[in-house]
Amino acid sequence: MWKYMKMLEYPVNIKTTNARLAMAIMSQLGGPDGEKGAATRYLSQRYAMPDNRVVGVLTDIGTEELGHEEMVSTIITQLTKNLTMDEIEQSGFYQYYVDHTTGIWPQAASGVPFSTATLQSTGDPIADLHEDMAAEQKARLTYDNILRLCRDEPDVYDAIKFLRAREMVHYQRFGESLRMLQDQLDAKNFYAYNPAFDKKAPCI
Amino acid sequence: MEELCRKDLMKLIQSTNFMVIEMALYLDTHPQDACAMGTYQEYRRQFKRAVALYEKKYAPLTFYGVEDENGWSWGNEPWPWQKECD
Repeated sequence: MWKYMKMLEYPVNIKTTNARLAMAIMSQLGGPDGEKGAATRYLSQRYAMPDNRVVGVLTDIGTEELGHEEMVSTIITQLTKNLTMDEIEQSGFYQYYVDHTTGIWPQAASGVPFSTATLQSTGDPIADLHEDMAAEQKARLTYDNILRLCRDEPDVYDAIKFLRAREMVHYQRFGESLRMLQDQLDAKNFYAYNPAFDKKAPCI
Repeated sequence: MEELCRKDLMKLIQSTNFMVIEMALYLDTHPQDACAMGTYQEYRRQFKRAVALYEKKYAPLTFYGVEDENGWSWGNEPWPWQKECD
């Protein structure tokens, strides 16, 4: 069960439109390392997680990612508000506009549609938590790349900087989750079995 | 808190909400940290107070917070991506 709160996690107030930049930032909504993928990944992985404290981490970070989807969608909406036809025709927004006008549709900057093929929920908690840590790093570096593209747009820069910082906190929390889980396993061989599936280590 | 204008009150809600999120994530992996628990409780108290005040004075933030005398006011105010709202 979720409840919606009618506010952004962090304010977004962009004064100047920039269709080109909107095309790039779109990747953090529907791209391979975007917020929709992050939320889907963590909220799906919860069900196979044997440690209830780690279920809490996946639930709370997954929920925060839903808020980040809303922030990224807000950035794109404000960057494409009241665009003129000249601005659309002269920017990389041209192709997106044909199918979606200035609506929000999750895709990568390259135009590839959002796909769950970019994420995993393996049913193996150790594998999943490693994936989650990698995912946070990939999202962090994508925000780094975006920050280099919006050096002259302080309103956008500020919101992207906030989102980048959250990736680092999430990475830290997933690292701690992995350690908490490993503390309950055989320290000589963490990977001897799947703690969510095998009852005990198989005889090999 | 009562003297804050609408914009500043929203800012207080957003910043205390952020602290509640941050402390919750930290406590998920450090449940025994009494100092962090105290910080969480303090920001949660401020957040709840600010939300109650905002919903009473201005507009609902969830559909559990609609003031009866205003009727169904959930859709009356701008949504978060509409600039006027910040």
